[in-house]
Amino acid sequence: MLIVLALAAASYRLNAQVSSDRILRAGDEPQNWLTYSGSYMSQRYSPLKQIDTSNVKNLELKWMMQNQVFGTWETSPLVVDGIMYLTQRPNDVIALDAKTGRMFWLYRYTNSGRQQVCCGAQNRGVAVLGDTLFMGTLDAHLVAIDAKNGKPLWNVAVADDKLAYSITLAPLVVKDKVIIGVGGAEYGIRGFVAAYDPKNGRELWRFNTIPGKGEPGNETWSGEAWEHGGGSVWVTGSYDPAQNLTYWGTGNPGPDWNPDQRPGDNLYTDAVVALDADTGKLKWHYQFTPNDGYDYDSVQVPVLADLMWKGTLTKAMLWANRNGNFYVLDRENGRFLSGTPFVKVNWMSGFDEGGKPIQTPQPPGKVTYPGNQGGTNWYSPSYSPRTGLFYVSAWENYGSIYRKETIPYEPGRRFNGGGQTVAMPNPDAPAMRRNPINDWTDVVGHGAVIAIDPRTGQSKWKFQMYDVTDGGILTTAGDVLFTGGREGYFHALDAKTGTELWKANLGGAIMSAPVTYSVDGKQYLIVNSGNVMATFALRE
Amino acid sequence: MKKLTRLAVTLLLVSASYRLDAQVTSDRILRAADEPQNWLTYSGGYSSQRYSLLKQIDTSNAKNLELKWMMQNQVFGPWESSPLVVDGIMYLTQRPNDVIALDAKTGRMFWLYRYTNSGRQQVCCGAQNRGVAVLGDTLFMGTLDAHLVAIDAKNGKPLWNVLVADDKLAYSITLAPLIVKNKVIVGVGGADYGIRGFVAAFDPKNGHELWRFYTIPGKGEPGSDSWSGEAWEHGGGSIWVTGSYDPALNLTYWGVGNPGPDWNPDQRPGDNLYTDSVVALDADTGKLKWHYQFTPNDGYDYDSVQVPVLADLMWKGTLTKAMLWGNRNGNFYVLDRENGKFLLGAPFVKVTWMSGFDEGGRPIQTPQPVGMPTYPGVQGGTNWYSPSYSPRTGLFYVSAWENYGSVYRKEAVQYEPGRRFNGGAGQTAKPTPDAPVMPGPAAVRSPINTWTDTVGHGAVIAIDPKTGHSKWKFQMYDVTDSGILTTAGDVLFSGGREGYFQVLDARTGALLWKTYLGGPIMSAPVTYSIDGKQYVIVNSGNVMVTFALRDQN
Amino acid sequence: MRFRSLLGAAVVFTLAAHLAAQNAPQSQQAQSDHFVIETGARLYAGQCSACHGANGDQINGVDLRAGKFLTVKTDEDLAGVLASGRPAAGMPSFATLNSDEARAIIAYIRSAFDATTEGVTIGNAGRGAAVFEGKGGCTSCHRVNGRGAYTATDLTEIGTNRTPGSLLRALAQPAQALLPGNRTVRAVTRDGRTIRGRRLNEDSFTIQVIDEQSRLVSLVKSDLRTFELVPTSSMPSYETTLTADERADLIAYLLSLKGR
Repeated sequence: MLIVLALAAASYRLNAQVSSDRILRAGDEPQNWLTYSGSYMSQRYSPLKQIDTSNVKNLELKWMMQNQVFGTWETSPLVVDGIMYLTQRPNDVIALDAKTGRMFWLYRYTNSGRQQVCCGAQNRGVAVLGDTLFMGTLDAHLVAIDAKNGKPLWNVAVADDKLAYSITLAPLVVKDKVIIGVGGAEYGIRGFVAAYDPKNGRELWRFNTIPGKGEPGNETWSGEAWEHGGGSVWVTGSYDPAQNLTYWGTGNPGPDWNPDQRPGDNLYTDAVVALDADTGKLKWHYQFTPNDGYDYDSVQVPVLADLMWKGTLTKAMLWANRNGNFYVLDRENGRFLSGTPFVKVNWMSGFDEGGKPIQTPQPPGKVTYPGNQGGTNWYSPSYSPRTGLFYVSAWENYGSIYRKETIPYEPGRRFNGGGQTVAMPNPDAPAMRRNPINDWTDVVGHGAVIAIDPRTGQSKWKFQMYDVTDGGILTTAGDVLFTGGREGYFHALDAKTGTELWKANLGGAIMSAPVTYSVDGKQYLIVNSGNVMATFALRE
Repeated sequence: MKKLTRLAVTLLLVSASYRLDAQVTSDRILRAADEPQNWLTYSGGYSSQRYSLLKQIDTSNAKNLELKWMMQNQVFGPWESSPLVVDGIMYLTQRPNDVIALDAKTGRMFWLYRYTNSGRQQVCCGAQNRGVAVLGDTLFMGTLDAHLVAIDAKNGKPLWNVLVADDKLAYSITLAPLIVKNKVIVGVGGADYGIRGFVAAFDPKNGHELWRFYTIPGKGEPGSDSWSGEAWEHGGGSIWVTGSYDPALNLTYWGVGNPGPDWNPDQRPGDNLYTDSVVALDADTGKLKWHYQFTPNDGYDYDSVQVPVLADLMWKGTLTKAMLWGNRNGNFYVLDRENGKFLLGAPFVKVTWMSGFDEGGRPIQTPQPVGMPTYPGVQGGTNWYSPSYSPRTGLFYVSAWENYGSVYRKEAVQYEPGRRFNGGAGQTAKPTPDAPVMPGPAAVRSPINTWTDTVGHGAVIAIDPKTGHSKWKFQMYDVTDSGILTTAGDVLFSGGREGYFQVLDARTGALLWKTYLGGPIMSAPVTYSIDGKQYVIVNSGNVMVTFALRDQN
Repeated sequence: MRFRSLLGAAVVFTLAAHLAAQNAPQSQQAQSDHFVIETGARLYAGQCSACHGANGDQINGVDLRAGKFLTVKTDEDLAGVLASGRPAAGMPSFATLNSDEARAIIAYIRSAFDATTEGVTIGNAGRGAAVFEGKGGCTSCHRVNGRGAYTATDLTEIGTNRTPGSLLRALAQPAQALLPGNRTVRAVTRDGRTIRGRRLNEDSFTIQVIDEQSRLVSLVKSDLRTFELVPTSSMPSYETTLTADERADLIAYLLSLKGR
């Protein structure tokens, strides 16, 4: 306790390495951001309160960092004692001075050239343990980098990139392990979560999200469909030290849009799995969308919160799912506590007693809500213990017309089994774009920040946008909520009421989750917009 | 009476500001100073002082600037474009040849036009475009494949498109065109590929060529005796920065680039007119009225492709129509712009290629021994970056590279169409004999910089034109490719390759405010006003950033 | 006598060639193997649409349906891009496609994504131009090659991104065919000014229009008293005001408009 206090007081002058103990007690050093979602409970909530609802309008731009890479920038940085670590596409790691944005070093990893990714050459960030950073690569390697000079320490192949495996998530450090998941469900991979030794990259355990012959859950697949069952894991999970459980959301089954080719519930796709952190063994699971034909990857950040639930203090898990429903689960045993739609939902009509959805597939050619990108997606949600609200970046009024097709598996080839088109008012209308000119999105869906009361599943307030949003959400003890959208506006809202307090026009789509930190007593906000990483703080 | 009416009309126009829909006439560009809220031509006005009468932002409040909006492009490489602002609408270009119309108050886009180059174009130094020109409701852009395109300012649709020169021979257009009366004037680039440079004027209605002036005279033409044999055919002399215009003299002035081959003067004995010169052309006919050559028989690539700054000064007791020039060859010049007479020349950085001027203003050249560095180096004491002149301070401001030299090397080279025609090279001088050869500040554009101070650094230098001496200097660590803007608020805006955007006191050089924008600042800042609020805009890396004073609330 | 019939033959020949040329898009499609295009459509949906979108325009700067590419010019170029991908831009290689599959995808792209035949009559573009400027009165709202009004959309390149069927629909039921992107905005500012214009761009806080005086205007939504998107179209239906032949000619003319 004393040591922790001394460490906290030394703040910026601290040079002690990042131990897993420090990540465990991340709440004690709010000036830092030690893991992807801020802490193991993944609430993306900061105790910092220098910036609050009364002064957030006085934010000013402090510095910017630019990359030189096409495409969306989905990375979220870490800040350790005044030094910021981030990634830029495709697999660069950069160390900056968090106060001024000036660079210390840049490390460039070269991919094999064979890698295939469905949806862009992304990387969502690094993990840190000791003086080492860890990054997953597009060609499915895990790399360890020396945080002081940016030199690589070790590099192991996690899976075969010729079969289109890739790693895009920020790894999670749990105790003495580095945990990652793999992507590639659009290419018929067999997904997994695996843990590695931070000293040398040796694999310590592996959990296959698609059970093999004889393993529990395999009976939910027919024939050999499980071999290319999908179930990728591409967003960072959470950890409950008291349960010693680590939680991960799993992705869609393959082929994405043809459930007839794989009759059965298709465990553990579109599910949350709770794994023993030491052994990787499955302790419980809950499946959000059995036998999915809509690409409703449940690859969201599992948000852990301790709530009063019907009079009992409950270790809960809050989940706004791509399938359009908001869930409360018991994270000790996976019990379904509640499920409520937060956007228009017509692929199901309700839940049975066990929490399984009663599916109501739409006739061919008719629109299904939500559409393919989901009511929400990988964008980081947030939970504020102060307001007691759960916040999600949603796409409202957005549907797709789905189409099934038979497709054989071919290694390294897309394994989609059909397709979908966004429900358009007019057959000639252009499709979703990332363009500075937008004159149609309101017709095919729009973005919103929705504040949900977990106890009722009802939305308390909604902040609507014109274009959709891929921005994550951050809340703070100053009762401010920060987020952005595809138009390039960076917003500060009152977390209690949703009132907009301030915004900045940053000119590029905001495709990452904001982070906050503090250096020399000053609180900073940082977010990516287009090719730019912009940092704000209160003006002097 | 006429004057009063004109004044009344002007006042009416000015007060209507944002609601003004009158087209941009050449008369408005002539009187650009009457509408300081707009920016109607590349350098702000025909005298190219890049000086604004706006003074809402001044030395007392510059520290209260805040980010208003940003616009991002999606194109690799330096963004050298400078925008125009006409009645609240901003027109700019992004690489390689896109034109964009934005709302200047919020940065939101109205339309985007994308010109597709032939695919054959070759450029020595990046797929640049420095901006459009506007006349009426039409915008004009030069392209990398040497076309001149007219675009409808209201909807971004192309109106006409003419071929100016052959891009297979590596001609290109990168400058912002200049509107003079009823003509659109452009120059061509490609001197590193053995072109024969020229300035040409076109009819804004249909793109017909109205006149052409070759910067390299043909056989029998005046100046051709400064070339031997057929060397003039590939003499270079490109023009790739926008010129100036004096309506009273009806002369348009253009800076001319290096001769070819760049680094082998022995292959072209003679002065090589009119390379590395300023030429004064009759605006109606394109005929040469006078010239002054800064660097005869150049072996150092000292393109005199700078913006000619016109200022009326007291010179030795007489009000003189002067021209001020910070040249790539490291000297600051004052010329008489009526007749080209040399009035003053003084180095503003270390200069070793010459020892002084003769009475006529001709440099006395002192070539350095083989293998020894020459100062300034290849990129010059300054380059294409826009200078500025403030009539209030009376000072001329230039973005300079100090302590920067190159070791030059000559080679014989044959001309081949569309191929580089350099004849050698210039390499950055090593700081110590054992040091490895540096990539050179021209090449490296990295966010990590641990060596530039040994091979040169940037500075904003304020020069008193009457003496040629520097009044003050603002030094940077890395070099600078940024232009300079000054205003009636006595503030100077500039940036550098590190990505800092700085506001200085134009009188003293004191730093009033800075911000770190994360990308090299490679364009000239512009200022404008909407609904009574003054904005400053500059490009940094992939981002165009706009600042204004924070609102009082 | 002989001369006159030769002349007559020449006229007929020219007209036929002209008609053939105007009909070229349709006949090219007809000549392409219909099955190949359908196969291409399926492959496209499975392999390409996730990034390029169902209409081929989801990647900045590329509109596969309209034939707008960043560097591709020929079918060989297309095949090359499929084989090698565009690693710098994030496009993977599709070297796993065999040559028939690649050909099918290319055929689908070249068919402007129209795997079904429409059965629309296409007339004579020359006569269609006359209808456009005359009886149809189109230039009073539309603009082509720099001539006409700014009010409605510019049609200079309409032939690159519309099928004959969609053009016929637009002439018959313009309100249905109107893309949301081209809707009219009607706004009243706090100080009582009314602004009507065609929407160019919109975001959560601002909207950009070209107004009835052809001015580019940007409005801040919080400065407006009212603001609405007019759901109807000002374009009249030509179902009864033009004959079927005139509509067919007009469609031929519009299909010929492929930009400068």
